[in-house]
Amino acid sequence: MIPVLLIAVPLVAGLLAFLMKDGGARGLALFASLLTLVVAIWSVAEPNGSKLLEINTDWISGAINSRFALSMDGLAKILCLLTAISFPVIFISTWGEQYRKAKNFFGLMLLSQAGMLGVFLAADALLFYFFWEIALVPVYFLASQWGGERRIQATFKFFVYTFFGSLMMLIAIIYIAQHNHDHSFSLGAFYSARGTIKGSEQTWLFWLMFLAFAIKMPIFPFHTWQPDTYEQAPAAVTMVLSGVMVKMGIYGLIRWLAPVLNLGTYIWGDTVSALCITGMIYASLIALRQDDLKRLVAYSSIAHMGLMCLAVFATTESGMQGVMIQIFNHGINIIGLWVIVYLIEKRFHTRKISELGGMAEKSPALTAMLVIVALANIALPLTNGFVGEFLMFTGVYGSKATTYNVVFTVTAALTIILAAVYMLNMVQKVCYGGANKLTEQSLVLKPNEKMVLVVIVILILLVGVYPDPLLQLTRSASESILAKMNFNP
Amino acid sequence: MNAIIIAAVLGVIMMFSGLFLKKSSSIAALATISMLVLLVVTVMDLSGYHFFPVDTHGMLYFDVFGLLFDCIVFAATLILFLLNAKDIAAIGHNPGEYFALIFFVLCGVVIASSFNTLLMLFLGIEIMSIPLYILTGSNKRNLKSNEASLKYLLMGAFSTGLMLLGIAFVYGATERGTFVVDELAFGRAVISPLMIAGILLIIASMAFKVSAVPFHFWAPDVYDGAPTPVTSFMATVVKGAAFIAFIRLFGDAFGTMRPQWKLFIALIAAATLLIGNITAVFQQSAKRMLAYSSVAHVGFMLFALITLNTLAKEGILLYIAVYCAATIGLFAVIARMKDYSFEGFNGLASRYPGLALLITIFLLSLAGIPFTGGFLAKYYMIAALIQDGHMLWLVILSLICAAISIYYYFRIIQAMYFREGSGQELEIGRGFTGWLSLLAVIIVVLGIFPYWLLDRLYIIYI
Repeated sequence: MIPVLLIAVPLVAGLLAFLMKDGGARGLALFASLLTLVVAIWSVAEPNGSKLLEINTDWISGAINSRFALSMDGLAKILCLLTAISFPVIFISTWGEQYRKAKNFFGLMLLSQAGMLGVFLAADALLFYFFWEIALVPVYFLASQWGGERRIQATFKFFVYTFFGSLMMLIAIIYIAQHNHDHSFSLGAFYSARGTIKGSEQTWLFWLMFLAFAIKMPIFPFHTWQPDTYEQAPAAVTMVLSGVMVKMGIYGLIRWLAPVLNLGTYIWGDTVSALCITGMIYASLIALRQDDLKRLVAYSSIAHMGLMCLAVFATTESGMQGVMIQIFNHGINIIGLWVIVYLIEKRFHTRKISELGGMAEKSPALTAMLVIVALANIALPLTNGFVGEFLMFTGVYGSKATTYNVVFTVTAALTIILAAVYMLNMVQKVCYGGANKLTEQSLVLKPNEKMVLVVIVILILLVGVYPDPLLQLTRSASESILAKMNFNP
Repeated sequence: MNAIIIAAVLGVIMMFSGLFLKKSSSIAALATISMLVLLVVTVMDLSGYHFFPVDTHGMLYFDVFGLLFDCIVFAATLILFLLNAKDIAAIGHNPGEYFALIFFVLCGVVIASSFNTLLMLFLGIEIMSIPLYILTGSNKRNLKSNEASLKYLLMGAFSTGLMLLGIAFVYGATERGTFVVDELAFGRAVISPLMIAGILLIIASMAFKVSAVPFHFWAPDVYDGAPTPVTSFMATVVKGAAFIAFIRLFGDAFGTMRPQWKLFIALIAAATLLIGNITAVFQQSAKRMLAYSSVAHVGFMLFALITLNTLAKEGILLYIAVYCAATIGLFAVIARMKDYSFEGFNGLASRYPGLALLITIFLLSLAGIPFTGGFLAKYYMIAALIQDGHMLWLVILSLICAAISIYYYFRIIQAMYFREGSGQELEIGRGFTGWLSLLAVIIVVLGIFPYWLLDRLYIIYI
């Protein structure tokens, strides 16, 4: 019941938006996203295992045995909550933005929300694949239509990359489904299939599936689409992409790969972890050298996603819990950063760090927000970032799935230092120093902008000080997935 | 049996329609109504109402699979007429003749989809091909059309020769000689060099008819040169019929010898996928691109021939249905365009937003994006191959090719939506957009509920 509502509200509103006037579509989009948020909060309040959180009806039967099955556990709840919070935040923060053919813009935004919620809710592999692709198509149109100068090439690269990855995942999905005795695609059947798939098959199936998730996250060396796309997409779409859409990758890994192909995950754990670490350091080093704010945030996001992926492969309680709440925290933090970058660009007409300066004097409110979000991004204690990263580091250090746990922890921790360097460097150059011609005028926040930033800061501090509700929410999901990942060799 | 006789009679009626109908629009209307009649009688045949109890002495065999296929392609032709009847009538002086030829082709389609001896297969294929040679060249004043017709005639005749030789070899290789499919299947066929040679010759000629690599060279030239509505008809209905004949022949007659020819077909499929997709990338005109894309789709359809399991049988019908819908829709639009290079699509979305959306749905379906029939069609093919086992290389190759195909399909989408341009003036009425929307709805519905079509396979009326 609730899962259907979660998908149907943005879907129906999105389709309606195409038929409306531009102004009406904007209002409808905000209303629909707030309604989705209400439903998402309702779902969080509902206890796990409640009948309201599930639906399972016939879809395609016969030679393809796929059902329309949606279900929600703690992991799905936290991701739906993130998605549901992100969209109103995005709509409100970019309220003044004028789009050509705005009704199409808002229609596509809502459709992409419906697609992403579908990904997080699907309990049937074929349905999951459907939503996985359908979330991509609106984003492709959004970024190519309303993006920057090089938008067509950049977005096309993004589309081809992810489409290729998903096709490889499709092979793995079909292969596993054929292994089930009734060719079922249900999540339960996939979980029980893992006993019947031989280790030699798991070794290559793992890569077919992981490729899709690695491209989405993105993990080094499949990340090259990401900085270009983030830079070229319009602000609102960049927020969707980095706040929610890349989480589809890590979600897929936790839900559909690690517990299903547990042997393959174990065998390739060290290799993937090494890739994650390489990517983290590599992205951090590049972030150090970036002059463009958007690219800086993009590379810092690669580093953070790398850490989450690393923690999944650690296969420990605290690591998994850390990932689950860091998914939420990272989404909030990075949307906060994008909102600030968007405001700076809109007011000063530049994203170049070297051209900015002196913001602290002229616009203290924004500076304060930027500092808090930046600190959360470096994972300072009392911010939400700390909770997640602390748990993940504990998890990686205590990992029994790898013999290199200490090496991984130490090198990964190095990136925290690098993150502090590039983030604080950015804050310093943007906020302090003398104001120049571009940054002379003061940046007064409009009420809608202020509201969004305050909400983000409150979330950052709230989760930073009192993370227990989020941990409670995800505990059972984390335990059940870990139980499936572990095996007795 | 209904369809064969009615199609032939309707063909004759259309031939003489010029005598009593002066206006070409009324001839087009008559053709559309006749097509509807043909569809209805075929559906009734499928539902158990046989009007002509002719004893064919086992020469023809009407099963649900073949009849359902006939219904699909007749429905496709009907929509083609609804969209493009005016364009067909405008090709030359005697519009009735073009429609007559199309009905004769459809007569051949039914024979080719329900043959039970190799002789009937040959007759069906020939009845299909000969009117097509004429239709290809029907734009008499256009040199390209003439060239296409001549090329198609010469190559087609050659491939027919190969097929006859192959059939003769097969006949000679069986003890006491037989053309009957069932007898070939059960025991009478012995594997011998003569038999293998016969099968290879038949594969070559059938591969020519479905335009599989390396027998595809005629396809782009002929598709490009023929009048667009004829191209649309050839690329969908005729190709589908040749495919069904291919599958019936190899599934029923040579099914027991599958290990002998499986790898050969797999190699043809791989080459078709690679060459079709890669060549399509380099095309500058949307019409030629679609010609290569139709070659590329044959690669996927060949998976059904390799595997021949339930998934394949269901999948090939779905594939033909959604492929016909998308291709007919796209060609219908191209038939109305003066400039069908990729640049011709620039800015189309701002001028005709509804039409651009429909074209996008067709292209997404051809590219195989979920929620369109094109995805499930490809899905069935791939699943069939994975279920068969041992051909994972072909699966991965096919999906790499599917990723390549994104490039050329999305070029049109990019041109329509993201590139600046005024968009050319198109003669598009409300009815035209309406029928195109119907095609789009069919594509989306089949992409979500394929069983609305495929369940028909299992309903048996007696």
